[in-house]
Amino acid sequence: MASMTMAKALNAALADAMLDDDRVVVFGEDVGQLGGVFRITDGLAARFGDKRCFDTPLAEAGIVGFAVGLAMSGLRPVVEMQFDAFGYPAFEQIASHVAKLRNRTRGALTAPIVIRIPYAGGIGGVEHHCDSSEAYYAHTPGLKVVTPATVADAYSLLRSAIDDPDPVVFLEPKKLYFASAETQLPARTEPFGRAVVRRQGTDATLVAYGPAVPVALAAAEAAQAEGRDLEVVDVRTIVPFDDGTIAASVRKTGRCVVIHEAQGFAGVGAEIAARVQERCFHSLHAPVLRVAGLDIPYPAPMLEHTHLPSVDRVLDTVARLQWDDQLDERWVAA
Amino acid sequence: MTTTPRAVRRKSRLAAPPDPARPLLPASEQIRLLDPAGTPLPAHPDYPAPPVEVLVELYRRMVLGRRFDLQATALTKQGRLAVYPSARGQEACQVGAILALRDDDWVFPTYRESMALTARGIDPVEVLTLLRGDWHCGYDPAVRRTAPQCTPLATQCVHAAGVAHGEAYQGRDTVALAFLGDGATSEGDFHEGVNFAAVFKAPVVYFVQNNQYAISVPLSRQTAAPSLAYKGVGYGVRSEQVDGNDPVAVLAVLNRAVAHARAGHGPFLVEAHTYRMEPHTNADDATRYRDTDEVASWQDRDPVVRLETYLRDRGALDDTTVARVAAQAEEYAGDLRERMHDKPTVDPLTLFEHVYAEPTPQLVEQRAQVRAELAADQEGAG
Repeated sequence: MASMTMAKALNAALADAMLDDDRVVVFGEDVGQLGGVFRITDGLAARFGDKRCFDTPLAEAGIVGFAVGLAMSGLRPVVEMQFDAFGYPAFEQIASHVAKLRNRTRGALTAPIVIRIPYAGGIGGVEHHCDSSEAYYAHTPGLKVVTPATVADAYSLLRSAIDDPDPVVFLEPKKLYFASAETQLPARTEPFGRAVVRRQGTDATLVAYGPAVPVALAAAEAAQAEGRDLEVVDVRTIVPFDDGTIAASVRKTGRCVVIHEAQGFAGVGAEIAARVQERCFHSLHAPVLRVAGLDIPYPAPMLEHTHLPSVDRVLDTVARLQWDDQLDERWVAA
Repeated sequence: MTTTPRAVRRKSRLAAPPDPARPLLPASEQIRLLDPAGTPLPAHPDYPAPPVEVLVELYRRMVLGRRFDLQATALTKQGRLAVYPSARGQEACQVGAILALRDDDWVFPTYRESMALTARGIDPVEVLTLLRGDWHCGYDPAVRRTAPQCTPLATQCVHAAGVAHGEAYQGRDTVALAFLGDGATSEGDFHEGVNFAAVFKAPVVYFVQNNQYAISVPLSRQTAAPSLAYKGVGYGVRSEQVDGNDPVAVLAVLNRAVAHARAGHGPFLVEAHTYRMEPHTNADDATRYRDTDEVASWQDRDPVVRLETYLRDRGALDDTTVARVAAQAEEYAGDLRERMHDKPTVDPLTLFEHVYAEPTPQLVEQRAQVRAELAADQEGAG
């Protein structure tokens, strides 16, 4: 076992996929010679040649549309959107073509494309560099939406994404790129569609994904000191979504808080809260609560800490889970 | 011994270097090999007229194409199709583009290319599946090397670049031809597609049918460019403009464009000046934005009549052949009419197929729910 960053694990996953399958091509802005602004594609052009890992013109719709065509010709494109918000020009290609090609053609044509997107905040980035855009993609049938929270998952989920017959939006938490863990490659973790319990607990379930997972784990550690034993579930693949693991956890604990960085309104957390409520109503001792980003445009770097889910905000929310069978004052007032 | 005069020598020393854009530039006038009456014009050195037997086949498919188009419009009036965007008047472009390609080349059609798809030999019922409304694409695009008809404008321009590059990357000499209209040249994806194709030297032909209107908006509101063909030049793409109602010129220019792409010289952009004789679709009222005199003036440039006149004058077409082609067209339309008569059966459970390779657990649940609803409906009906 060696200590390794998530960035290095992602880089290794790309290299191993290219080694195993000649059809895999990697392209985007600055991914060739430079190796990507986060160095996720570092060394791939040198190792596999500039026909398999290459720079494109600076045009995100072009990159994704080009990938559609390459997939139609039998290749397995892996593309990079340089930052979350810079992926928006590609949205029409993603929503109208990547997501629908299989359906429109009854499976005659498919788009096994991986769209890698460094996403979310917490790195002091200026505007348009820190969006959490997962809800847009998760709302689009035909796409799988994946976001790793651990180094081993980063490797394994990216390999799974490249092997997958369907298009995958692969959201890489920028804040975790340079977090390290002891990891043995090639790591193989749970497949798509499986959430994982990262911490066992009995009193309440924290559901999180991507950059919110370390926040949830830290909150659980802090709660332990206060005498509450929290379970943490890492969603991993938003689509396909694992209702079973999450519902089983909530039935056991009877309480649930969903945590994500994206603004809360109409977010993935709303979907999760609804699904938990539908499945676990009779086990719940309190409403399912959410800790999400504020419903504001992503703030300037010096203000982002107020926006992002924090350990304190998670603990405050856990405290509102009707532990003494008292009504939450917020809802009584309403 | 003669010596070069000093002034001439000086002038030649000062002569500007060759303009790198010049070889890309379209002709200042539309390429035309037949005049509007069908009389041949002088041969063009860059665009040799196709062999006469090819032109007879072009004529045959144009007649069938026009008959198909009229039948589809009629089917819309009878409520058999949800909507139909006609290509009547654009037969030279619709069929010419197909004749310029091999069967293993890729075609990227828009919603207006139903006629082109029939010219490609695709079953007209499968072509009309989208517009009848029983699925989005009725033919097998992988077998036919023909993408589903694209309704978002210009998005197919980038797909064509990708397919062409992917085919070349895998050692195949496939060409991709992307159809688009005048309005689509204003969309970003047109520019990104042409630029990608140029940068990667992908063998793509971008074929712009400029039929003068994007629904109601005239070309003058779409662009200030002297010709849409100039839009290729900025990207380093060889470009040309052609009289889109001159079938001989359309095929001659597209043959050249396809050969250019197949030879590895990169993309080629062709603007064909033509006219949509019908409204945008049956749901449109064209009298709100163009006058009947304008439509009538294009009637005089009918591409089918033009080619027929030319071929008759050359002795390549006689009454017997014309009658035989007309009979073929009637038979084709009659067969289509008959097969479109019955309402297609649709199965709601197919909604869950082909969303993903394997349905997600959520889709499995929803399928079970719909199956139960259908069973309950049937029980209620029984």
